[in-house]
Amino acid sequence: MSQTVTDPPTSEVGHTPAWVHAARWGLIALTLLGLGYVAQQAIEAGSWLIVIVVAFIAMSVLVVYSTRRAIPAKYLLPGLVLLLLFQIWPIVYTAATAFTNYGDGHTLSKDEAVQAIQAQSVRQDPDAPRYGMSVAIPEGAAIETGELSFLLTVAPAEDAGELEEELGEGADAGGENVTGDGYQLFVGTEEGLEPLPAEGVELRGNGTVAAAPGFRVLNLMEANQRAQEVQELAVPVGEEGSAVKAATTSQAFVGRPTISYDEDADVMTTAEGRRYVAQDGNFVPEDGVGPVLPAGWTENVGFENFRTIFLDPAFRGGFLKIFLWNLAFPLLSVVSTFLLGMLLALLFNDPRLKGKAVYRSLLVLPYALPIFVTGLVWAAMFNQQFGLINEVTGLNINWLGDPWGARAALLITNLWLGFPYMFLICTGALQSIPNDVKEAAAVDGAGPVRTLVSVTMPLLLVAVGPLLVASFAFNFNNFTLIYLVTRGGPFDSGNSLVGNTDLLINFAYRIALESGTPNIGLASAVSIVIFGLVGIISYLGFRQSNALEEVN
Amino acid sequence: MSQPTAQTPAADAKSPAPRPVSAEKKAAASAVSKPRSGVWWRHLLALVALVWALFPVLFILSAALNPAGTLSSSSPLPQQFSMRNFERLFSSTTFPYWTWFQNSLIVAGLGTVLQVFIGAAAAFAFSRLRWAGRRAGLMTLLLAQMFPVLLAFSALYIMFLRLGEVLPGLGLNTLWGLLLVYLGGSMGANVWLLKGYFDTIPKEMDEAAKMDGASHARIFFTMTLRLVAPILATVAILSFVMLWGEFLLASIFLLDQDVRTLGIGLYSLNLADRNAYFGMFCAGALIASIPPVLVYLGLQKQLIGGLTSGAVK
Repeated sequence: MSQTVTDPPTSEVGHTPAWVHAARWGLIALTLLGLGYVAQQAIEAGSWLIVIVVAFIAMSVLVVYSTRRAIPAKYLLPGLVLLLLFQIWPIVYTAATAFTNYGDGHTLSKDEAVQAIQAQSVRQDPDAPRYGMSVAIPEGAAIETGELSFLLTVAPAEDAGELEEELGEGADAGGENVTGDGYQLFVGTEEGLEPLPAEGVELRGNGTVAAAPGFRVLNLMEANQRAQEVQELAVPVGEEGSAVKAATTSQAFVGRPTISYDEDADVMTTAEGRRYVAQDGNFVPEDGVGPVLPAGWTENVGFENFRTIFLDPAFRGGFLKIFLWNLAFPLLSVVSTFLLGMLLALLFNDPRLKGKAVYRSLLVLPYALPIFVTGLVWAAMFNQQFGLINEVTGLNINWLGDPWGARAALLITNLWLGFPYMFLICTGALQSIPNDVKEAAAVDGAGPVRTLVSVTMPLLLVAVGPLLVASFAFNFNNFTLIYLVTRGGPFDSGNSLVGNTDLLINFAYRIALESGTPNIGLASAVSIVIFGLVGIISYLGFRQSNALEEVN
Repeated sequence: MSQPTAQTPAADAKSPAPRPVSAEKKAAASAVSKPRSGVWWRHLLALVALVWALFPVLFILSAALNPAGTLSSSSPLPQQFSMRNFERLFSSTTFPYWTWFQNSLIVAGLGTVLQVFIGAAAAFAFSRLRWAGRRAGLMTLLLAQMFPVLLAFSALYIMFLRLGEVLPGLGLNTLWGLLLVYLGGSMGANVWLLKGYFDTIPKEMDEAAKMDGASHARIFFTMTLRLVAPILATVAILSFVMLWGEFLLASIFLLDQDVRTLGIGLYSLNLADRNAYFGMFCAGALIASIPPVLVYLGLQKQLIGGLTSGAVK
C-alpha cells in the first residue's frame, strides 16, 4: 500500500538526473568486473572457496543494487560483507583452528606432507644427466624471504627427455623456451616445473642463466645465505615422487624418491626397510627409535590444546600468573587514569581559571601522540643505564629487568597515556551534571567535600560508567603497549614462553609467531579463552550499567 | 572551595547565552567574600600536571635535536640544536622513512574515508529506515564489538597467507590486505556513536524531502550527510588516530621495509639498535606525530562534544 502511495511521485517528478543512473550502473558494472577478475584468478589457482564467496557477493550486489527494493540493504551491504569476511569469519576460523595442531611442521595437508617427504628423500641415479642451475627469487622480493626457484638449462647436446617427459603438456609450449643457442629453459619451484620463455634471458659461459625477466638471480654469496633451503628445495616432476634437486651450486639433477608410501596401511618405508607409521600429525618410526620424518600435517586434535592450557602442569602455572596480571593491569590502569583525569577535570572546572583552553590542548598531547612513539620512548626512559627516569630521580632501579619494576613501569606509562582521555570525558560529563542537585546538597548542609564525594562523583560515575567498562576491555587486550615497552619480559630464567608482564594476547602472539616452534593451534585456543573472558566481563559490565535497555 | 564556584560550571554548560554575565557576577561575588583564594593554587597544580604530561615530549624533542644521536648521550631538556638526526634518517637506505610515511598516509587516509562512509551508511539504515530485524541487527553488532578481531590474528595470518597465493596483491605483505582487515571493523566500530547523533535529527525533515519527491539516496547524500557532519568529524578523528597508530595487525602483515607503515618501520629501527639509532628514531617519531596532533588540536571541540554526547546519553 505504502509502495503505491510513495512511489508514483518519485517516478512522476523524475528528478533523478540521467548521470545518477549512469553512475549507479557504472559502479555496479565495475564491481562485477573486479569480482569477475578475482574469481578468474581463484579458478586458475583452484581455490573453490574463494570462487563461491565471490559469486555470492556478486549475486548480492546485483540483487540489492539493480532493483528498487531492499533499501536498507543498499546501505548495509558493503559494511556487512566486510564485517562477515574480515571480522566474523576470522573469529570462526580461530575457533576451528583451536581444535587442530596447526603450526610449525604442521601446516600441510596429509597428501602434501607425503609428497614433501618423498621429494626430500630424492637421491640421484648414478647415470642421470645433470642440468645447469641458477637460484633465483621473484624480482623485487627480499633476499632473505623471497620464494626460491631454480632456473634450469638443458644444453643442446644433452637429452632433455627426462625433464620434457616429466613436464608433459608444458613442453608443448615448446619453441618459446629455447634460446638461439639451442638451450632449453625451465623454471622450477616447490610447486612444480614450468617452461621459462627464452626472451630476455642471458646465459653465462657455463650454460647457466645469468638474468631472466621477472627474476632476480642470486649470486653465490646471496644463495649461500639460504644454503639450507637451496639444499632442501625439491621441484616435483612426474607422478612417482621424482624431483629436481640441487647437486652443486650450479648443477641440478632429477632423482627418484627412496621412501615409498603405502596408502592402505598408512605406512612410509625407507630404502633400508625402516617403517614409519602415522601418529599425531607426523610419521614416527615404528620401532620408536630415531626422529620423526620431517614434514607433518594438520589434523584435528579435539580438546587437546585446551587440555594443555588448563591441565598441563608446566603450562597451567604460567597461564594462571598471566591471567592474574591480565586482570590487575586493566583494573589498576582504569582506576589510576580515571582518578587523575577526574581530579584534573575538577581542577579545571572553575570559570575564574584563565587559559583553560591552552592547558587542555597541552594536557591532551600524550593522547594525541601515536602509541608506537610514546611506548618506545617510555621504554627508553626506563632504561637502567641511560634512561631518563633513573637519571632524573637519582635512583638505580632495574625497571625493565625486574618483574615488579617492569609492572610498575607499565602502569606508570599507561597512566601517562590514558589520563587525558579520562580528563576529556570527565570534563564533558561534569558539565552535564545538573546544578540543582548540588544546590539541594548545599541546602541540606553538605560541605564542598561531601558534595563532591556523595553527589558529584556518583553522578559522574553513572555518566562515564560505560566508557570505563570500554576502557577496561581495551586495556584487557592492550597488546601494543606491553609489546613496545617490555615485550612481555622480563622472563624467568629457563622459561622463554611466559613473560612476567605478558597479557594473554601477548602470550598468544608469542606462541603463534615468535616462539621457536610456533603453534598456531594452541595460540588460537588461548584466543578463544580470552574471547570467553572478554564476553563474561563485558556482560557483567553492561548489566551493571544497563546500557542495553536504552536502545530504541 | 565555596559554593558559588561549584555552581558555575553547570551554569556554564546549561545556559550558554547568559553565562558571561552570571559567571562574572559570581566570580566577583566570591572574590569579595574570599579575596585572593581559589585560583592561584589551581594554576600551580595545573603547572605540575603540565610537567607530568610534557616531559616525555620534551625528551623526544631533545633527543631528536641531539647531534650525538644516542640514547646514552640524550638529556631531558634540549641543549644543542642540530638537524643531524633528521639528515641521517632521510638519507638512510636501510630505513626508507618517507616510504613508511606514505604507506601510513595511504592506510590511515583511505581507511578513514571508507570507514566513515561505511559507518554513516549503516547508521542511516539503522536510524532513518524501518525494517524487520533492525533491533536484532544492532544488538548483533554490539555483540560483535565485544570480540576484538585482534584476537583472531592467527586466523587472519593463515587466511591472508592463503589469499596471497591466489591474489598476490591482497595477501600478506601488502597494504591492501591490511586495509581490508581494517575495513572489516568499520560498521561495528562507530555505528552506535553515529546512530545516536543521527537520531537527534528530526525525522520530519526526511518526510518533507520525501514529499518533494526526493529519493532515499538523495536524502542521504545531499541532506543527512551534511546535517551529521560534526559526528562524522569525530568519527574521522578516532579512525585516523587509531589507524595511524595500529601496531599488531600491521606487524603481522607488513614484512618488507618498503611496505611498512611508520609504526612498524620505527619499531624496526629501534630493534636494530636502540642506543645508536635513538636520535634518528626520535627525529622520525616527531614527524610521525605531526598528523595526529594536528588532527587533534584542530578538531578538539568536536571530539569532546562527540565523545560525551555518546557517553552521557
